[in-house]
Amino acid sequence: MSDLTDLGVAAIRDGVRAGSFSARDVADAFIVNVSRAKALNAFLVETPTHAIAAATAADAARAAGETLKPLAGVPIGMKDLFCTNGVATTAASKILEGFVPPYESRVSQNLWDAGAGMLGKLNMDQFAMGSSNETSAFGNVVSPWRRANGDTAALAPGGSSGGSSSAVAARLCPAATGTDTGGSIRQPAAFTGITGIKPTYGRCSRWGTIAFASSLDQAGPMARDVRDCAILLEAMAGFDARDATSLKLDVPQWEAGLSGNLNGKRVGIPKEYRVDGMPAEIEALWQQGIDWLKDAGAEIVEVSLPHTKYALPAYYIIAPAEASSNLARYDGVRYGLRDLPEGAGLQDMYAATRADGFGDEVKRRILIGTYVLSAGFYDAYYTQAQKVRALIARDFERAFEQCDVLLTPTAPSAAFALGEKQADPIAMYLNDVFTVPSSLAGLPAMSVPGGLDKDGLPLGLQIIGRPLDEQGVLNAGLAIEQRAGFVARPGTWW
Amino acid sequence: MSVDTKTVKKIAGLARIAITDEQADRIAPELDNIIHWMEMLEEVDTTGVEPMTAVIPNHLRLRDDVVTEGGIRDALMQNAPQGEHGFFTVPKVIE
Repeated sequence: MSDLTDLGVAAIRDGVRAGSFSARDVADAFIVNVSRAKALNAFLVETPTHAIAAATAADAARAAGETLKPLAGVPIGMKDLFCTNGVATTAASKILEGFVPPYESRVSQNLWDAGAGMLGKLNMDQFAMGSSNETSAFGNVVSPWRRANGDTAALAPGGSSGGSSSAVAARLCPAATGTDTGGSIRQPAAFTGITGIKPTYGRCSRWGTIAFASSLDQAGPMARDVRDCAILLEAMAGFDARDATSLKLDVPQWEAGLSGNLNGKRVGIPKEYRVDGMPAEIEALWQQGIDWLKDAGAEIVEVSLPHTKYALPAYYIIAPAEASSNLARYDGVRYGLRDLPEGAGLQDMYAATRADGFGDEVKRRILIGTYVLSAGFYDAYYTQAQKVRALIARDFERAFEQCDVLLTPTAPSAAFALGEKQADPIAMYLNDVFTVPSSLAGLPAMSVPGGLDKDGLPLGLQIIGRPLDEQGVLNAGLAIEQRAGFVARPGTWW
Repeated sequence: MSVDTKTVKKIAGLARIAITDEQADRIAPELDNIIHWMEMLEEVDTTGVEPMTAVIPNHLRLRDDVVTEGGIRDALMQNAPQGEHGFFTVPKVIE
């Protein structure tokens, strides 16, 4: 029998249904892989008993002749931003060390209700703030990929969902949850040669997901192919009365609707995404993607998104502003860390707790957010950024009058080495140049692997769709996947 | 605008994050650089543009003003760094 950990979500689901193998065998195989991969530091907490309980339930249901749940027998990894009942949840921050939620996030509950089991909680950038997984209070996540030239430098798995991308690429789990505020699903997926989709804002409930920037945060799946993402997203999405921005809409049957035939579809190529200094290989992959979509039957049209270059500065005003407000709750009173210096009063306790508990990048963003929201600066920064955000959304609306989806690279480079970009915050922020605009507009967007660069590292292509058109995004992603034939995988060096 | 050490200390105070003089000196040029980069937005003509408030059109739902998930005091308290008699406790705030 081939290695069960080479199987994706659909293959596991179908194999368990058919009785080709037991759910317990699948869970055990992944649990072994997780236990052997400490060098990647992808997991903050391992929960083998959770995965085994779900597997046992799936096997028992099958033995009893019951209809199996949509994800019966599928063990997954859970980003540590999702609160999990009775399982430590920290958002990779010292300020939440020891926090054990007495409740379950809606997204994780939906997955357990669908029959999935949890292999563990995945490391990430602290409070989802970062693009390289170097801001975690519990150590960097290492990508399973290494450069092909014999260089053994530890590479970034991307961020903020870096534990998720590393774990899926290394076959520690067939799929994982991620969250995306400005590219935190798509950029790590691109860096590690996997697939990830951020749905339309409002598709997945934010209830029980630790908040970073509430008008941007969206959960989504990260997996090895487009079909697996469709399956996972169907389980994760859905209306939730406990999230005021949850969309009251039925969840489409995305998996059943998959088709790589793009006849009659128009694909827009935004000319502003040809940024200065973009590596020739990314330019070439983009052209390759255009050719693949043409081959799938699509018509290619050039479109313009004139405010693209303002998306990053607008994002780095809006997201920190929202973060400074959301993270005000960490005060050392109700949960998490408390630092009470000898003889300190309440205000000193707040300040000491937050100084001790938050990492440098989190503090940097809280300070930026506090600055742009402070008296006298609010209109110049925050209001102006929200106006620019409206213009960015209008750019997309106009582009979608001429096309059905957009095709762009996912990131401006392949994975960089850990430590390489840490000194310059703006250089790190520029990593999100292609993913942030669609986040600001709340649009569904996904990354699919397209090929390898000269160092043998994965590069991703991004598809952006109209609001609520996840199907169009998934289908264009499938058309690329069918033609890219991406089978490269990292060697098991850990 | 430029962000100096004094400004950093002021905003750190507003954000309730303790900061040393040394840290403020280090952070000031960093924040100054980031804020200057953001000022690129000044060149965008936003005359007549309404600031965005919701990315996807949605309407706020109302519900009856009743307790939906009450009676979970102990669960809510279980992560408190310090609690007594079902209350969160903090250092004395009034003399």
